[in-house]
Amino acid sequence: MPIDASLVGREFPPTRPFVVTEEDVAAFAAATGTRSARVPATFPIVVTFRALLDFLEAEQVDLSRIVHGDQKFSYERPVRVGDELTATLTVTGLRQIDGADILRTTSAITDAEGGLVCRTGATLVHRGNA
Amino acid sequence: MTPLVQGAELHAQEFVVRRSDLVAYAAASGDHNPIHQDEAVAVAVGLPGVVAHGMYTMALAARAVAEWTGDAEVLDLSCTFTHPVVVPEDGGATIRVGGVVKSVADDRVTLVLEVTCEGRKVLGAPKAVVRA
Repeated sequence: MPIDASLVGREFPPTRPFVVTEEDVAAFAAATGTRSARVPATFPIVVTFRALLDFLEAEQVDLSRIVHGDQKFSYERPVRVGDELTATLTVTGLRQIDGADILRTTSAITDAEGGLVCRTGATLVHRGNA
Repeated sequence: MTPLVQGAELHAQEFVVRRSDLVAYAAASGDHNPIHQDEAVAVAVGLPGVVAHGMYTMALAARAVAEWTGDAEVLDLSCTFTHPVVVPEDGGATIRVGGVVKSVADDRVTLVLEVTCEGRKVLGAPKAVVRA
């Protein structure tokens, strides 16, 4: 089932706030063997992935049919333990190639004060039922 | 640590990713897409087998950047996912991350990376900008 083209331009509701704990960061770093005093640069995916899951649920798209096409992080400031982060996802583009939906999304990750922490961009490829 | 001057080649790093790492990463990231854990599901959607999360490979690229730069603040990080990293049940897959300092301007250092698995590029145009 193709994804509805009218989604383009739509901003989805912000995710529930995600509080970054030492444990979250340690588990993420350990899974990738990262030894760093900083929060890993790809950590905000934890927050944007929640926005993606909300989106897929709303659109009744099966996660196993999604493949990641590209990903970008542009930081305003580093993520720190204790941050309360929220992601707001916007669908910025949709096209169909060979029966797959190529979905462009951006997410703004903001802190408890509403300050921008990071902008992310992702292309998601939805492979429809064969 | 290699000085971060324009043109400097960064010492390539190799990382082994095993299926158990993908299970740990799924728990840590919240991405429980079964194509990263379940061979049958991966094959059913047309993949050659269990594949690493693209974000796992990107995290390894970020790990290499942190090691090369002495844990510098990352300002930008981007890549495309050009080829899946198939992770066999036995032994896992080896990811190699190389890089070059493309430019140094004011307090920004741009690193152009090359991320391969078995000699094949798995990330497209991987790039990081860090604060010097």
